[in-house]
Amino acid sequence: MENKEIILSVRDLNVKFSLRGKVLHAIRGIGMDLYKGESLAIVGESGSGKSVLTKNFIGLLDNNGWIDSGEILYYGMDPQHPVDLAKLKTDEEWRDIRGKHVAMVMQDPMTSLNPLKTIGWQIGEALKLHQNLRGEAARKKAIDILSDVGIPEPERRYSQYPHEFSGGMRQRVVIAIAMACNPRILVCDEPTTALDVTIQAQILHLIKELKEKYALTTIYITHDLGVVANVADRIAVMYAGDIVEVGCADEVFYDPRHPYTWALLSSLPQLGIKGRDLYSIKGTPPNLFHPIRGDAFAARNPQALKIDFLHRPPYFEISATHKARTWLLDPRAPKVDPPEHIKNIRNIRKNMTGGQCNG
Amino acid sequence: MAEQAREVLLQVRDMEVTFGKGRKKFVAVKGVSFDIFKGETFGLVGESGSGKTTIGRAIIRINPISRGEVFFKGQRINGKISRALDKSVTQSIQMIFQDPMASLNERAKVDYIVAEGLINVHPEMPRAKREEQVSEALSEVGLLPEFASRFPHEFSGGQRQRIGIARSLIMEPQFIIADEPISALDVSIRAQVLNLLSKLQKERGLTYLFIAHDLSVMRFICDRIAVIRTGTIVELAKTEKLFEHPLHPYTRALLSAIPMPDPDSERTKVLEIYDPTRHQYENDPPVWVEIEPEHFVLGNEQELADYRARLAK
Repeated sequence: MENKEIILSVRDLNVKFSLRGKVLHAIRGIGMDLYKGESLAIVGESGSGKSVLTKNFIGLLDNNGWIDSGEILYYGMDPQHPVDLAKLKTDEEWRDIRGKHVAMVMQDPMTSLNPLKTIGWQIGEALKLHQNLRGEAARKKAIDILSDVGIPEPERRYSQYPHEFSGGMRQRVVIAIAMACNPRILVCDEPTTALDVTIQAQILHLIKELKEKYALTTIYITHDLGVVANVADRIAVMYAGDIVEVGCADEVFYDPRHPYTWALLSSLPQLGIKGRDLYSIKGTPPNLFHPIRGDAFAARNPQALKIDFLHRPPYFEISATHKARTWLLDPRAPKVDPPEHIKNIRNIRKNMTGGQCNG
Repeated sequence: MAEQAREVLLQVRDMEVTFGKGRKKFVAVKGVSFDIFKGETFGLVGESGSGKTTIGRAIIRINPISRGEVFFKGQRINGKISRALDKSVTQSIQMIFQDPMASLNERAKVDYIVAEGLINVHPEMPRAKREEQVSEALSEVGLLPEFASRFPHEFSGGQRQRIGIARSLIMEPQFIIADEPISALDVSIRAQVLNLLSKLQKERGLTYLFIAHDLSVMRFICDRIAVIRTGTIVELAKTEKLFEHPLHPYTRALLSAIPMPDPDSERTKVLEIYDPTRHQYENDPPVWVEIEPEHFVLGNEQELADYRARLAK
């Protein structure tokens, strides 16, 4: 793990939004590293800030939001002199990064394509801007990329419009446009939420293939833990604008430590027992308009300690790659048993080897 | 549920639903038949465009049926029916919709949204009684009765779905069609709504038709599952049987694509891809067969022989 090169490093990032005259604290002091060539999954419920966090990497924060403090260091241009993405303001400043270094695949392929332009034109636009290809050269390249993303008959498809494509094929086109910029980091924001299960599996497979072929670093944003198990080397669990647990996929799935991760995993119907109630998390996420005291999840955590309501927990390291923000890991904390499901999962994988992520 | 004394609540016979006319005619549901027993949860699973929602809407008479019949407690309820029957069917079959953001009237307060059905069916009911029933329905789904005076936009997605459930409960239905009731909700809220649905089923002896695309949820909640593709049911079985011995290639493809929250099994998973051209149905048309007790599948002679061989293994 130590010899892995960091490509993007987020340091104590705070993002705020102004809404109806009130200030919403969407990202509350996040620090994380992204390693070159890995695939990181960011998991969380809607409103946990997972999209907001990654939008900062590409400069697409909504107009009413701003970075209050913190740095986002990008090492992809020059490893010795990282660029602080948090300082970039205008579109001109962003142009070198956006697309060429960090590209994004949006959730809904129905709305992220221009219905009035052909597929070829839309891919060509990216090629013109980022690789300075025009005319026949651009056309050839676009057709190459189309067949790369698994679209049959790329010559014929090149001159078709988005409405002539099915949902899955449209998502392939969106990926093709992102790939046309030849990016280093590909951010996939819920890439398969709008798709059918069988198509979802195919698209995930495609992204994995492209990642291998072009040595991409990928970030998946999703709320579906099944998808995460399929694609991620490392997982970051977000709750109320903070990363509460981060570790290798195996560590987070087989040896989760934060009560919120326990709750998320236990409430999956895949792990439920028929005829019995599913584990469900009480209440709703906290309101980020108000300052949060202590652990944000404490109010919904039936096993919360007193200190959870008073002080925000620091990260406790479980292994070199696995850490969680919960007081339960403090040596002074009482021993709290995780729910039944989690214990069952743990028993399957008793001999966990920490500190090594696949991929 | 006792095996022998199962009472059929709803029968669908050879249902066909067509949209458009003449050259633009599109057959969304092609001759579908199934029975739903009293007190069970019957699942209808398929991908977008398979016609699963259309079947639900046709049962509740939103979409007219172009051929076939629907029987509810032995009485035909499609086509022209008497006013009294119409009223009783309206009351006893209710629907829960997918998107709680879109299915509630934004300009009405919660008390009106929940009471609307009562106002239509029992206009003579005194106001005080109605209000009492509204607050009862709200507390039954885990909402505070005070919420009655609020507007839908003041609620979160999970709470709105609860309002949608309260709205159908107040009619005291026997049969509820739940069309993707949890797809639009967050993971942690899904469990709450699923638990609520099964609690209500136990308490009131409700029968559900559960329409979804997500087989992992189906496995948890359904007693029997029908798999539908392009308007035709291809396989129908008890949930455990379907997961143990999926026979039709489409069912197998669907099952293989379920994402499991387990990195080990995901790494070794083999995807099955369904190719509809694999069927040679020109000379040997498919038939609907009960291949083992309570396990139905669609296939032609040759395919059925394969399926039997697989079951014998």
